[in-house]
Amino acid sequence: MTAVELGMPTVASDPHGHLRGTESFPRAAHRALADTQLRRNLGHATRTIRAKRAAVVGEVDDWEELRRAGESLKADTMARLPELLVQLEEQVTGRGGTVHWARDAEEANRIVVDLVRGTGADEVVKVKSMATQETGLNEALEAAGVAAFETDLAELIVQLSHDRPSHFLVPAIHRNRAEIREIFLREMPGVDPSLTDEPRRLAMAARAHLRRKFLTARVGISGVNFAVAETGTLSVVESEGNGRMCLTLPDTLITVMGVEKVVPTWRDLEVFLQLLPRSSTGERMNPYTSTWTGVTPGDGPQTFHLVLLDNGRSNVLASPDGRQALHCIRCSACLNVCPVYERTGGHAYGSIYPGPIGAVLSPQLTGISGPDDVNASLPYASSLCGACFDACPVRIDIPHLLVQQRAAAVAAHTRPTGQDLTMQAAAIAMTTPGRFKLAEKALGLGRVLAGRKGRITGLPWPMSGWTNARDLPAPPAETFRQWWERTHS
Amino acid sequence: MRIAVVATCLGDAMFPQAPIATVQLLERLGHQVVFPADQTCCGQMHVNTGYLDAALPVVRHHVEVFGRALDDGVDAIVAPSGSCVGCVRHQHAMVARRAGDEGLARAAEEGAARTYELSELLVDVLGVTDVGAYYPHRVTYHPTCHSLRMLRVADKPLQLLRNVRGLQLVELPEAEVCCGFGGTFAVKNAETSTAMLADKMANVLSSRAEVCTAGDSSCLMHIGGGLSRLRSGVRTVHLAEILASTDRDSAVPASTDIVFEEASR
Ligand code: SF4
Repeated sequence: MTAVELGMPTVASDPHGHLRGTESFPRAAHRALADTQLRRNLGHATRTIRAKRAAVVGEVDDWEELRRAGESLKADTMARLPELLVQLEEQVTGRGGTVHWARDAEEANRIVVDLVRGTGADEVVKVKSMATQETGLNEALEAAGVAAFETDLAELIVQLSHDRPSHFLVPAIHRNRAEIREIFLREMPGVDPSLTDEPRRLAMAARAHLRRKFLTARVGISGVNFAVAETGTLSVVESEGNGRMCLTLPDTLITVMGVEKVVPTWRDLEVFLQLLPRSSTGERMNPYTSTWTGVTPGDGPQTFHLVLLDNGRSNVLASPDGRQALHCIRCSACLNVCPVYERTGGHAYGSIYPGPIGAVLSPQLTGISGPDDVNASLPYASSLCGACFDACPVRIDIPHLLVQQRAAAVAAHTRPTGQDLTMQAAAIAMTTPGRFKLAEKALGLGRVLAGRKGRITGLPWPMSGWTNARDLPAPPAETFRQWWERTHS
Repeated sequence: MRIAVVATCLGDAMFPQAPIATVQLLERLGHQVVFPADQTCCGQMHVNTGYLDAALPVVRHHVEVFGRALDDGVDAIVAPSGSCVGCVRHQHAMVARRAGDEGLARAAEEGAARTYELSELLVDVLGVTDVGAYYPHRVTYHPTCHSLRMLRVADKPLQLLRNVRGLQLVELPEAEVCCGFGGTFAVKNAETSTAMLADKMANVLSSRAEVCTAGDSSCLMHIGGGLSRLRSGVRTVHLAEILASTDRDSAVPASTDIVFEEASR
């Protein structure tokens, strides 16, 4: 199978990077739904993590207050984002770092590639970062002759199998242990051929593979969970310790962050460092929280660059409602509780940001270019069940944003579609009671369709989507309105 | 109390059992029910499919029709649907404000404050949890997403069901997971919707219930449509129908299937 068939753009040719797939959600989902191994892997993984999250969230008495605090802090941050970013730049610069501003993915990649080239290195170690996945940095580095080594276990699995991440936290959530063992045996140089699929053995194999890279790499590349404007402090939270090594061992550290990651003060971390681990890994506290501020002579990287990535975020910020999507702290709780994500997996969304938040963030970051834009299908990839809102640690009203992005998708229609005409006709009938009554009468036709069975089992497209798997009862002999007239007047 | 019923467009045209049962139940409890005949639809389909402009006149129509009912002395408005009430309460004002119609937004909020889903009306407003119903069947309850997460009706429907004589209430595993209906989602993403339905049906069947009930005819149409296709022997019945049933008055037919099988004879 080629990369195109898998819906994987091999090179980020779009200046936005990996924010748009190559086919609509229903088409991609069609394949995912038929993949029984994927369904099983995801069902098992999301169920496990949901239970863990529910248990540790349940034990916090003031969880709702924490969520509200997180929401308020983010709203405040977005309201004065430009000012906070300037403050962050001043602080980072004042403490020996260098700040770069990148308009889009292309520019961010160019900045990073030039910085790496400037060091003369041809290898970099990376700690998992959504921002560099978004920009397609690894491909850009490769094109420039620089090998990038992902050091997060799940990200390493994805990289070794030439795959794409399908989850924020567990990029290889779509793989099970047996598959991971096979990937390692096939792709990992010098791996022990007697490797089993025991998680500990797999982790040991990855560790042995990575250790050499950690010790030799002169450049580390990271993302950011939180950037404190007040002090210029950056922070990465992780579970494996690979991040700590990437952040401390190389001479040069290059950090790429989406501009929305800034928080005003150090104290604000108090809220987010409680919300994030419980929501993401279902842990009370994550094992490694690294923070660094500029450069410290004689300790850690002696050169530090911070790349601030916009890539559509200013557009999102401009929408008073839509900007909520920028509050996301990438905990992935909404993915884990989403019944659509659980069944289709992350690749079906095309964009590097899957799940409910991806469905509202991706189309806003890229904008919807027209009726055929695959990102216009993302806001419809939800039954609007609302489970995402309840799980979100910063109370992003994702169902509302989904509706809003559906409206944006409709507004992008260049000529009326069949659906547009149906909706307009329905709206006219629904505002003219006489016509509504008439339309109800037309339902009698359904009784003919149903015949003696009393149920309708096949309808033409697009309603065949319904009758392929479900019956529809015949319309009743008497509507409510008729019953009311007969019994109450 | 004087109560106006929202039949809902789906209830009016396709599943009249639910609004009929709502009327019979409230009348049995001694209330006066009115049906504002000009009502059509709350506009949810338009809103949730992204047709917010087209939804505006539909929303205005709903707000005006029920605003007049309130002016005529109606104390409360009830709909046997969590999602329609959810739309009225959480989306009407949004649609109006988006169009810059602050007057309509305020009127919508006033109407919404008096609009209740059936279990909310019974438990919160009328203060009853035992409505004197009799329904000798093994029943499982599916909490629909909008009643659960938009309206937060919590266990009100269960309180009502627990007081129905003869009824054996059995727990639905993974009850709070969406059934996969989602309005136009069921057609636009039919395959994903079906995958969700498959799991919901598996859970309904594992409960060994003979009836699956809920507060929304739309979700029941979806779950019931799947159960019917499989000839599973489990039927779907709206909560209102169960609460309207008594040992003396079984005027409300037990199931969609029977109504239509009989009608087609
Ligand atoms: S939207 Fe909320 S729940 Fe989803 S990943 Fe972001 S912070 Fe977590």
